Amino acid sequence: MEAIRLDAQWIDYLLIAVYFIFVLGIGWFAKRGISSSIEFLLSGRSLPAWVTALAFVSANLGAVEIMGMSATGAQYGMPTMHYFWIGAVPAMLFLGVVMMPFYYGSKVRSVPEFMRKRFGTGAHLVNALSFAIAQILIAGVNLFLLGTIVNRLLGWPLWIALVVAAVIVLSYITLGGLTAAIYNEVLQFFVIVAALLPLTIIGLNRVGGWEGLKERVSSDGMLGAEQLSSWPGEQLSGFSNPVLSVVGIVFGLGFVLSFGYWTTNFVEVQRAMASKSINAARLTPILGSFPKMLIPFIVIIPGMISAVLVTQMTKFKEISSTAGEAAAQAQTGVTYNDALLLLMREVLPNGLLGIAIAGLLAAFMAGMAANISAFNTVFSYDLWQQYVVKDREDGYYLKVGRYATIGACIVAIFTALIAGNFSNLMDYLQTLFGFFNAPLFATFILGMFWKRMSATAGWVGLVGGTLSAVAVFVLAETGVLDLPGQGAAFLAASTAFVVDIILSVIVTFRTAPKPAHELRGLVYSETPKTDFEDLGEPKPPVWKRPVPIAGVALVLVIILNVTFG
Amino acid sequence: MSKANELTKTAGAFDIRNFIGILLGIFGIILTIAGIVGFTPDEAERTGGIDANLWTGIGLLVAAVVFLAWAKIRPLRIIEDTDDVTGTEAGPKAD
Repeated sequence: MEAIRLDAQWIDYLLIAVYFIFVLGIGWFAKRGISSSIEFLLSGRSLPAWVTALAFVSANLGAVEIMGMSATGAQYGMPTMHYFWIGAVPAMLFLGVVMMPFYYGSKVRSVPEFMRKRFGTGAHLVNALSFAIAQILIAGVNLFLLGTIVNRLLGWPLWIALVVAAVIVLSYITLGGLTAAIYNEVLQFFVIVAALLPLTIIGLNRVGGWEGLKERVSSDGMLGAEQLSSWPGEQLSGFSNPVLSVVGIVFGLGFVLSFGYWTTNFVEVQRAMASKSINAARLTPILGSFPKMLIPFIVIIPGMISAVLVTQMTKFKEISSTAGEAAAQAQTGVTYNDALLLLMREVLPNGLLGIAIAGLLAAFMAGMAANISAFNTVFSYDLWQQYVVKDREDGYYLKVGRYATIGACIVAIFTALIAGNFSNLMDYLQTLFGFFNAPLFATFILGMFWKRMSATAGWVGLVGGTLSAVAVFVLAETGVLDLPGQGAAFLAASTAFVVDIILSVIVTFRTAPKPAHELRGLVYSETPKTDFEDLGEPKPPVWKRPVPIAGVALVLVIILNVTFG
Repeated sequence: MSKANELTKTAGAFDIRNFIGILLGIFGIILTIAGIVGFTPDEAERTGGIDANLWTGIGLLVAAVVFLAWAKIRPLRIIEDTDDVTGTEAGPKAD
């Protein structure tokens, strides 16, 4: 890859430096509030809903998403919106309305711990181990991408960038724990908006406004006007039939993939668990869905602008539409992933450029910090306390949490170096861990609403579902199944979901169920309604209740789909 | 000094809204100054004629004032922990 050197001046470095002083300052201030493991690993369950909601969105708004979504925007245009409006918002609302009461109300400290209470140690060990390993690897991938960006933008050697970034993340998390991670995610959110909103407006100004953009995109001689409406999105789904494409997007992306990811991923759920009450926990993903709906406008649109405005990008897109992406990259030295960076270089003046660089660096670090802060909780509570050293005083587990953070950062540096050498291997591993999500969702939703479901069914369903996803993936990779685009991923996830349910049902009827008195707080029918409400607090007014707000969000996202469909 | 008082102090110093307000404020001041003194023809060409630093700077200053005012008008209040068994209900709370 060639360098895309941004012409950063002293003023840009000044802004970046100010930002990093604040990042470390948050770690320092958050440290004062920490005296127990629950404060370190779950922020003492004390944060207001708007904070956890923004952190919920930010934890997933790593630079991988920012660069990746603007890249997909440059390539396919508006259909990319599906990743937000179909692939995130409904699942976030479902998490807040249906699943969060179980997670928060059962007082578990992590998603794997819910698994243990509901299904015992078999399913728990599968879930906790796969999650912990996946988080460290993904932290490494995030770190590697951060190093590459710093290297390409500012010319720092890769290993220095890796170590500096890891040390910064390490210092604020070991100091301030989850609170520091969450507060930094909130701060990062505003810095990203401060960078991307002006970028979008200036970009639009350069192409002659919204009308100018539409005109240029529809006359680009390639995908043309197809890029201006989100439906049916055949290019994105890989199905040439528009009906199949819509079905594929709604069920594959919208249901199986996104519900699996958003409702069971502890990185996300942990943000809600850090809030101060059940009401706030439920509001976390629901309030978060509002910024989530609007973010694509400042991520995908800049990608589309880049593809029609920046010469290098336009050329890349032209060549790749006839000769393929590899040939286009060889000739132009860029890829779709550079769409946002190229637009930044093209239109941002020094000053704003500094904020944009700070925002991107922040996004990468926040991604890694989110992985690590979820890892250290699962490692301390679910692995160390459960299987290695039980029944010690709380201060001991606080220490374990801090050491786990240090260990994870060191491992992440090495993972990052491996990722640099075997990029395909890392892609495969990430895909593989993605396969855990769909069966997890099936097992959780079945376990929450079907009291008969047995402990054995829990782990058998998980393992069977995951293996079936791997099998579909292997068949698709080796060419036995011929599915274009995202088709293979959709099918793998759907298969895993169905196999998990079938196996769970069969095994349940051949094994003994858990006694009903052990299921309070874990299964809907065995839990008194009052367990899902905040004790000793008056019922909040209607505009602060999860379900009505979720209804508003749902209506808004439908309006967006119709308007830009 | 009781523990509750200490907590109040800590929470006051650690209101994230102040952090956001101050950071956006510093960014806003730097960009506004850069926009006033450093708007060059080269920049105008990049942005299509907008003084982007100035406008973003002003926008950031407005956002900064909003956050600082919000923190000022509705400060954090500390809820006394009445349920020592779980110890999880206490904490700073923005009303």
